[in-house]
Amino acid sequence: MEMSEAKLDGNAIAGLLREIFTMEMTTSETTCAGCGSVSVVGRVDVYLNAPGVVVRCPSCEQVLMRIVHGRGRYWLDLRGTRCLEFVAPD
Amino acid sequence: MGFISRGFRGKRRDNVSSSRVPPGQHVVTDFPVLAAGPTPRVSLDVWTFSVTGEIDEPKQWTWKEFRALPTETLTADIHCVTKWSKLDTSWTGVSVDTLLDGVESAADFATVFSDGGYTTNLPLDDLTGKKAWVVYEYDGQPLHPEHGGPVRLLVPHLYFWKSAKWVRGITLQNEEQPGFWESNGYHMRGDPWREQRYWGD
Repeated sequence: MEMSEAKLDGNAIAGLLREIFTMEMTTSETTCAGCGSVSVVGRVDVYLNAPGVVVRCPSCEQVLMRIVHGRGRYWLDLRGTRCLEFVAPD
Repeated sequence: MGFISRGFRGKRRDNVSSSRVPPGQHVVTDFPVLAAGPTPRVSLDVWTFSVTGEIDEPKQWTWKEFRALPTETLTADIHCVTKWSKLDTSWTGVSVDTLLDGVESAADFATVFSDGGYTTNLPLDDLTGKKAWVVYEYDGQPLHPEHGGPVRLLVPHLYFWKSAKWVRGITLQNEEQPGFWESNGYHMRGDPWREQRYWGD
């Protein structure tokens, strides 16, 4: 169905997140501000066919992140992410 | 033979210099589906459309009541901020002027809200004066869920993210509150002819 075709997983934004955080982020863990569930970023729900990237919690479908890229800037809305845990660079 | 003719595919219409295509846009003939989340499903038995917020007497219509309102069919060009434009699209629905008829409000702004949690903000002036509709038919057919059915907002003079899919109501406000995209980089108004795509445009 076309409904589920739009939904990808976090690996679809591996490159984008590497550009923003300058490190591999798909193994990091995000805590949903809505339902509290913890997801590996590589497994979150990702919608790319939109004015920006929308990342949603795979448990409750709430928005975890909104990423807009334009005019040489990024806008990153993390209101839906209570905590983002990732390995510090060496 | 290794030769493959590219053949004629007709004249490309993108990048066409036209008074109907805003700057930075190209014309498409298909109808791209944009989605910021899963497609919501709502039963028409429980569906309602509301006008709430800064209003003396909030209004609400059931599906049956909504469909009994006077309708209009219109043809419009639509412009998506992701740079495609589609010309001569045909819609049927209820004018926002009809929905706000008789409403007493001092509000200058509105937030349109949808199933699935999407919101978008508009000055009330952009929703009234024969500029905006709540539509349930596209090209003579019921609006497909992937395009916002059962009903979506249609505000063709602004970028298409303002034409919220799966719309359920309008909240009237005294102050402008940024919506789903407007709170994260996208322009508060979104006039395609002024290329108001991002904050600062």
